[in-house]
This record gives sequence, structure tokens and C-alpha cells, in this order.
Amino acid sequence: MTTLDKKHATRLLRQMLLIRRFEEKSAEMYSATKIRGFLHLYIGEEAVAVGVMATLTPEDAVVATYREHGQALARGMSADSIMAEMFGKKEGCCLGRGGSMHLFDAATRFYGGNAIVAGGLPLAVGLALADAMQGRKRVTCCFFGDGAVAEGDFHESMNLASLWRLPVLFLCENNLYAMGTALRYTQANQDIAAKGASYNMASAVVDGMDVIAVEEAANIAVTHIRSGQGPYLLECRTYRFRPHSMFDTEQYRTKAEVEEWKQRDPIELLADQLTGAGLFSEEERQTLEQDVAVEVEDSVAFAEAGTWEAVEDLTRFVYSERRKA
Amino acid sequence: MNQQTAVRTTTYREAVREALCEALRRDERVFLMGEDVGHYGGCYAVSKGMLTEFGPERIRDTPLCESGFVGVGIGAALGGMRPIVEVMTVNFSLLALDQIVNNAATLLHMSGGQFNVPLVIRMATGAGKQLAAQHAHSFEGWYAHIPGIRVLSPATLEDARGMLWTALEDPDPVLIFENNTLYNMEGILADDAGPVEIDHARVRRPGRDITLITYSASLFKSLDAAEIVVKDGIEVEVIDLRTLRPLDDATYIASIAKTHRVLIVDEGWRSGGLSAEISARITEQAFYDLDLPVERLCTAEVPIPYAGHMEEAALPQVDKIVAIIRRMMDHG
Repeated sequence: MTTLDKKHATRLLRQMLLIRRFEEKSAEMYSATKIRGFLHLYIGEEAVAVGVMATLTPEDAVVATYREHGQALARGMSADSIMAEMFGKKEGCCLGRGGSMHLFDAATRFYGGNAIVAGGLPLAVGLALADAMQGRKRVTCCFFGDGAVAEGDFHESMNLASLWRLPVLFLCENNLYAMGTALRYTQANQDIAAKGASYNMASAVVDGMDVIAVEEAANIAVTHIRSGQGPYLLECRTYRFRPHSMFDTEQYRTKAEVEEWKQRDPIELLADQLTGAGLFSEEERQTLEQDVAVEVEDSVAFAEAGTWEAVEDLTRFVYSERRKA
Repeated sequence: MNQQTAVRTTTYREAVREALCEALRRDERVFLMGEDVGHYGGCYAVSKGMLTEFGPERIRDTPLCESGFVGVGIGAALGGMRPIVEVMTVNFSLLALDQIVNNAATLLHMSGGQFNVPLVIRMATGAGKQLAAQHAHSFEGWYAHIPGIRVLSPATLEDARGMLWTALEDPDPVLIFENNTLYNMEGILADDAGPVEIDHARVRRPGRDITLITYSASLFKSLDAAEIVVKDGIEVEVIDLRTLRPLDDATYIASIAKTHRVLIVDEGWRSGGLSAEISARITEQAFYDLDLPVERLCTAEVPIPYAGHMEEAALPQVDKIVAIIRRMMDHG
């Protein structure tokens, strides 16, 4: 492991904390019926989004899934715009049209928020194709879960990206369950990273609870991609501490298993590493917590103060307004 | 057409190819992608020879993965390209339905207006070549159900030549359905034929007695039927819808105000189909102009059979159109 850089590691820790506290608040707002529909929490998986995002530049693109608050925050979208979106307010990143599962942001090249499992993978390949055809040196990072690996779009996209040597980072967040069905019940070969070989694609697997390890692995992947060697499949082994959504009674896994994974909480892992290296004090932790708490509270206030899009605008953006008549 | 305009005899296939070549020459963001479009020359030979002129980057052969390469087209459109994705037949497009409906059609609205998808998808549609039940259906009416996409159905050589460029200039996804029985159709096309508008239906034959609303290959069956009944003194007005979504209501409603009788000829199925939609709109907008109930002639509600006589029996045909027109005129 490389030597911890205090400033950088603290930034990673802050991002993970922000995601954690933001989502805890989101669950609270869901119970208060301020947020409706489906709400999928990322709690436990923060190291993946934060570690990977640290390796991307603003010119790169990100495609994510319906469990994407973490990716959106780590990519630099504001907590305000995300909370307001989940409240269904006009000030949300998508005017309240998308909600929790469909966060989009042109400014940070964040292309959703795709709630069809594996549906975002072909999009990511297309974005990368556009970059390749226009001679732009960019990476498109596509997040998806272990469930997506069973979908045809996963295999079609892996094949196309490798066939055309496109700059795509296929980022599998393997949290062991496709909703409530364990990987062992759905995959003939549970080694997801190994599937890269079928498509002549470089791949690796990394501990998804260790943000520093994730960042290092993602750096190797992104360097490979940027050097023109084609796409890369990175499997991050991680775990979701919360239910699949707010309607999940978690019959499919034991409390003991969840508790065991919580012992490897990515936030505490990094905090311990920093403390162990003498780089981080309890006071500094408290300052971070307070700082993040303010940002989360502000996002709720922002969302509360938000307005509703006029019903007259219901049919806006079904088609573009700049179409030639 | 004025007398100065030079014309030539060509085919629908050539007209589509000319449109494709023009688009690739005019805009370097345009590329064609699909199964067998390159080395094979196109399943219907539409893109024959194009690989030589434009190269494999822009005439891009894909593996057999409709969902994958249609989704790639969507992503490339988001990334600033102007892809033309060819799907071999409409039946195969069902493998890409998720990408078309859940992504192409929804991204602009779902993202609050941030991400439009300037994508064109072309596909062959229709029966009449004994291709049986997995290559010959007409699902364009289905696609016309979906907000967020535009659905075009070029029947004439002018439209086959001209709709593509206009579709490429559109900021949103456009689906173009080419009836496979039309590719060999010969006709006259102006040497300077170019882009056409895609917002309006056209009256292809004016008439005072009965309005016949149709599109695609059924247009020519309808025109043939109109030619037959003119000998009975019946003047049929034939309307080519051209664009199936959004529908141009004004053109056929105006026609019905004149004729007071209407027959819809649609190669799609009747139940829940495009003809049902048009009939409902006529009821809503022109009910008191009608002397008779709206009539429909659609494809029989069966999977398209292989045997030639059975396929012929399943589809709208000239003799059936003629019979319905005569019956309607007999009733006043």
C-alpha cells in the first residue's frame, strides 16, 4: 500500500461520510414521506464510488444505476440538488422528473440513474464510441451490480467495447445479492472478474470496503484505458448494510452476516488507517462529522424550501424545444 | 415538378442509399451501424458499396446484439455523434425495445431536459415476401404509441430519399420504417431531390367521395384501388400519413369534412392499433362530418403465415379495398 496522504485521505473520508449521513437522512425523510417511490441506499458501499471517482477527471463520463446517490455525490453533484430531486422539487437536478433512481447532471457528465438493470452499459459503450470517433481522450465509467452480470446487455456491451477497444471502465459493485437472490443461486461462475477473459478484456478484483485499495485498482484500470489498451472490468467486492430498498424485510440473509460485514465498515477502516498512521485525531473526526452534518441539513432545508414544477409544464421535454419547425 | 427539373428512373433502395451517402458526406458525425451493413452490403443491399467509400469506422458492422448496438447508438448520440442504427427487421427490434423505450424515448424528460438523444433508427417492416411470422410484422403502430420518439414511414421515392436528413437534424430519436416490399419499387425521382419535411401527411390523390387514410406499402394498393373505382365514378382521396407519430390530424380531418366517408387501410393489426387510434381521433374531431361509420381494413389478426396464398389473404389487398369502397358508396 502506498503511504497515506493526509489531505487526500481526509477528502476521501469526508466524501464517504457525506454519503453515509446523506443517506441516513434520506431514510429519515422517506419515513417522514418527504421522499416517495423507491429509495435504494448505498450505505456500506461508499468506498467503491469514492475510490473510483477519485481517479476520474471532469471530462470523463459516469453512468450509474438506480442505487446512485453515492456516485452522484462523489462525482460532485450537490447534496442540495439531489435531496431536492428526491423531494420531487423543481430545484432538483432533474426538476423532480427522475427522483432517487434517475439522477442526471450534464455539468458533471453524469448520465444517470438507470433503473433497468444493465440498461446503462450499452449507453456507456456508446459514449465511449463517440469519444473514440471524435478523437477525445476520455474514459466512460459505468457502474453496475452483480445482478447486471446475468443480463444480456452486460455480455453484449463487454463484447462491443472490447471488439472496438473503447475507453470504458466496467465497474461491477458486487454486493453478493441481486435484490434478494444470492449470487450463488444465479451465476454458474461466481467469479465475475474472470468473465473479462471471455471478452479478451483486462480485469481485476479488489476489496470494495477499502477505499484506498479501490482507488489504487481503479487507477491501474484507468491508466490502462487511457493508454489506449481498451476497456477494463473491475470487480469491487462490497456489501450493502441496509435492505435492498425500503420495502425489503431481508429474509434472504442473516443478521450475523450483516454484522460480520459491518466489522469492515469502509468509513471506519479508513479512519482507523489514518488514526493508526498518526494522521487523524478524534477532534478532526468530530470536525468532519459536523461539517458533513451541516451540508446534509442544508440540503434538507434547500429541498423543503423548493418549489413544485408547474403542472402546465408536464409535457415539456417529451421532445426538444429547440427542434426546427 | 416544373419542366426544368431533370428526373431519372431509380428504385426505393437506391433512394435510401443516396440519402445515407449524402448524410455521411455532409456531416462527419453521421455513421451507419448495424448487422451486415458493411462487408455484406446490407441485408436488403441498401448499403452496398458504402463500406468502400466511407470505411469500417463509419459503416460499422455489429455483432448480433440488437439491444447492445441500439443502446450504443443512444450513447453515441449523447456523446455528440449522429448515429444511424439499422435494425435488420422490425421483429428483431423487439430485442432492443428496452433501449428504445426505456432510454431513447425517456432520457430527455427524465433528465429534466438535460439530455436529448439525436438518434435515427432505420428498420425494414412489413409482409409480402413469404418471410413468415418472425420477419414480417408491422409494429410501427406500436412504436407510434410511445411519447418521446418520432415515427416515420416513407412510402414514396421522394420520402425514401428525403426523410433521413430531416430526421438526422431532429434533436430527438426518430424511427424510420421501410417496407421491405418497396425496396425494388421503381419510379421517377428528381435529380435534385433532397430533404423533405416530416411533419405533415400528404394527399397523394385528390377526390371528393371518400377519404382513404393509409401509409407505407398500403399506399400503392390504395392508389390502385382508387384507379379501379374511378371507372364507377367514385373519386377517392388518398392520404399518405408519412409520419405516424406525431399524427397530422388536420390533413385527414379536412379531407373528411369534404368527403364525409373514411376508410383506414393499415398493414398493422386492428386491435389496439394505429387504425384504432385514427378512428378514435376522427370520432373526437369529425363525428358530425361523417355520413357513415369509420371503416378499417387491417391485417388479419394472425401471425403472418409463410404460404403465399395465406399471407396474401392475411394482408390488405386491392380487391378488398375496392369492395369496401363500393359497399360504402352504396350505403350513401
